[in-house]
Amino acid sequence: MSQNGHKVIGTRPIRHDGVDKVTGRAIYGADIQLTGLLYGAIKRSPHPHARIKHIDTSRAEAHPGVRAVVTAHDLPQIADKIADLGEAIVNLRDSSNNVLAYGKVLYKGHAVAGVAAINLHVAQEAVELIDVEYELLPHVTGVLEAMEDGAPILHEDMKTTSMGEETDKVSNIANHFQHKMGEPDDGFAEADVVIEREFTTQTVHQGYIESHNATALWNEEGQLTVWTSTQGAFAVRDQLAEILQMPVSKVKIVPLEIGGGFGGKISVYLDPVAALLSKKTGHPVKMTMTRDEVFEATGPTPGSYLKVKMGATSDGRLTAATAYMAYEAGAYPGSPVGAGAGCIFTPYDIPNVQIDGYDVCVNKPKTNAYRAPGATNAAYASETVVDEICEKIGMDPLEFRVKNGAKEGGRRADGPVHPRIGCIETTQAALNSEHYQSTLEKTANGKVRGRGVASGYWFNFNGGRSAISVSINPDGTINMLEGSTDIGGSRASIAMQLAETIGLEATDIKPYVVDTDSIGYTDVTGGSRTTFGTGYAAHATGLALIREIKERASKLWDVPADAIDFADGVFSYKDDAEKRGTFKEVASQAGDAGGPVVAQVSTNPDGSGGGAFATHVVDVEVDRETGKVDILRYTAVQDAGTAIHPSYVEGQMQGGVVQGIGWGLNEEYIYNDEGSMTNASFLDYRMPTTLDLPMIETIIVEVPNESHPYGVRGVGEVPIVPPPAALSNAIYDATGVRLRDLPMSPPRVQKAVAENGG
Amino acid sequence: MSKKVHVQTNINGESVDFLCEPRNSLLEVLRDELDLTGAKEGCNNGNCGACNVIMDGRLVNSCCVLGVEADGCELTTIEGVGSAANLHPLQQKFLEHAALQCGICTPGFIVSAKALLDRNPNPSEDEVRYWLAGNLCRCTGYDKIVRAVLDARNGA
Repeated sequence: MSQNGHKVIGTRPIRHDGVDKVTGRAIYGADIQLTGLLYGAIKRSPHPHARIKHIDTSRAEAHPGVRAVVTAHDLPQIADKIADLGEAIVNLRDSSNNVLAYGKVLYKGHAVAGVAAINLHVAQEAVELIDVEYELLPHVTGVLEAMEDGAPILHEDMKTTSMGEETDKVSNIANHFQHKMGEPDDGFAEADVVIEREFTTQTVHQGYIESHNATALWNEEGQLTVWTSTQGAFAVRDQLAEILQMPVSKVKIVPLEIGGGFGGKISVYLDPVAALLSKKTGHPVKMTMTRDEVFEATGPTPGSYLKVKMGATSDGRLTAATAYMAYEAGAYPGSPVGAGAGCIFTPYDIPNVQIDGYDVCVNKPKTNAYRAPGATNAAYASETVVDEICEKIGMDPLEFRVKNGAKEGGRRADGPVHPRIGCIETTQAALNSEHYQSTLEKTANGKVRGRGVASGYWFNFNGGRSAISVSINPDGTINMLEGSTDIGGSRASIAMQLAETIGLEATDIKPYVVDTDSIGYTDVTGGSRTTFGTGYAAHATGLALIREIKERASKLWDVPADAIDFADGVFSYKDDAEKRGTFKEVASQAGDAGGPVVAQVSTNPDGSGGGAFATHVVDVEVDRETGKVDILRYTAVQDAGTAIHPSYVEGQMQGGVVQGIGWGLNEEYIYNDEGSMTNASFLDYRMPTTLDLPMIETIIVEVPNESHPYGVRGVGEVPIVPPPAALSNAIYDATGVRLRDLPMSPPRVQKAVAENGG
Repeated sequence: MSKKVHVQTNINGESVDFLCEPRNSLLEVLRDELDLTGAKEGCNNGNCGACNVIMDGRLVNSCCVLGVEADGCELTTIEGVGSAANLHPLQQKFLEHAALQCGICTPGFIVSAKALLDRNPNPSEDEVRYWLAGNLCRCTGYDKIVRAVLDARNGA
């Protein structure tokens, strides 16, 4: 038995899909083979900003082996329509123009045409035979440059919305919003120390190892089926129905195994093109992206500029904070600046706050969600300023965070009041950790060492629609169908919650992720919602099964259903010791009393649960000669509410930390003057490897989420938030130099240290 | 299109003949001709290791080998490392340590780790980290992968 009286929750069973995945048998998106399959490829813009004058596809169409070519003229032109995809809000007209450029290309890599051919090589040859005539336009790739008067304008018809009102001003600023609480000027007047600093971050990519893929079959009856890797099969279905202007009932999405997403596999890119090519050819068409296409033409997360000002009294009380946050949206509006603004100061209880956010279009791919979207950029700025304040007033940075920590009843600057949260408990656990209490030698091997800490917050989407459908097998085991695609072990964490509810083992539940025609609508696997939201549905399904089995037992035992108890996995009738049985025993007989036992449940929790907090501690060693930063030790502390499968909670924490380390120390899109990304490969876009890292220590704090029956909080996103700031603070501790521009790569660190004599 | 070439290999202990164009990579042949889709394409230029196979005892990126170069070679792919009924110790330890999340990189990691243990049955953590630096994983942060490999060592 695990803690809290649970039998299954808190244990570490082997995941249901594990054997298939370690033996190479699991079928991912690109693994599907269909009879008569054609292969597709995309013609992309070599320019960051240009008007399309003419597209000539005749040479490509004449190429032997080519079966069809499509352009934006094959897509219905659709009106503005805003859709909420779960982790991002998009205008579907923009989505359509992003899938195949109409009129203008807005970034290098923007799709212009699609080809289907008998094999991939022929399709790629044909792409080279498509002739596109462009009128080149000046481009802009930096957020501050794009905000200037006179900057090249991406959308001539886009007027800036400011404070909720559309203005007459045409600019690249899609939106300016403001959150205000208290009077920041008064708060700064009360402060003894005020620090104001500027920060920049660069475009980074989610970096999932599996490229985007889609295989479409548009049959003669007009039914479209798409096999793909996605975080949300229903989100893909709905986007396709809108972009292709067809009834949603004519679209079926079959989600195959997904090789990572981190927010980047919700929007559609290839799917509509594969569908059009299938419609034209009558054959199934498979499309997969090359790695450079993934970098240049999917949705990375934005570069940004931030200016943060914070004030505190000499005894360590935060009095005011302001932030100016300008985020690159990429080619179309919709950066995660709003989410960043909701997170930036949230680990603290600050009476006076003002946050101004700007969503700015630039000639880069349309940005997308990436693990706690917007929050990492924000925390890099705010958590570095907090560190500087602590240094100035001479207070331990974790004691400062405990003293100022957000708590129940406090308010976020963007409005909501905190329910029960684990912010202070998390920081306290970091403060008490063996790592933080240990002593770090400040020099070794001719290098300097330092320790840094940082905190982070992510909302967690404590809501959303989830559906589960179960049937009981004659042996009492259960087939569980769900609509949540499993990106990192959620089959297990959801099956475990059903097993816990009905007193079975995790292995008695057989979870299956099924297509959109086979299960009720389920929102995306994103927003840290799946183990919470679909687990919520699993619990409700368990309760429905218990009710149903009681009805069946009532007939089998000839006693009233409401006189049957269910406790500790056993059904019993108090007046007759013979009339009792485990869930499996009774369930296996229940089919004789009314037919097969099935249950279908859908849930949509109210979203009131609290978010996730994390505090990280890192020790680094800096080589002043080369600027290289090595990580000596890393500890991540996080409130998980209730850890359903602790190994996968740890895994989320460790994975998020390492993505944050990559973002902090190495990763960036490097652009040349022609607006072209110069490092679109895994060799040059430098993600962390085994050799760059130590083990990542984890401490799971459990402050139950009151809006979930088992207290679950989402855990997936917040661990990416603190690392860049924690690293900056550690580098400062080692070298005496503050780094306020990401990434803190060896050339930058070396230059900063040399200039500051550190 | 050029003429297809007849290639004779031994894959996972069985004689396998196939036809391929000279430009087809070994990865394309494995996946598209032979239905051995356990090897994954992550980058197609040798940077991620998701397509790794063992060729005559050497660990190779199958995306950087031509199908025709496999003529006369012995290949081990993930499908030959173990089966559901008879898991290799690495596969068992990957499951026990929860060393996979999305799982797309897992076949490449297991093949690479097998190549390491085949030549060095008792590597140190540093040796494991050095050897596996050619395999990218974006989900796990590598912690549990390294632990799984260490736990699969002889005498571990």
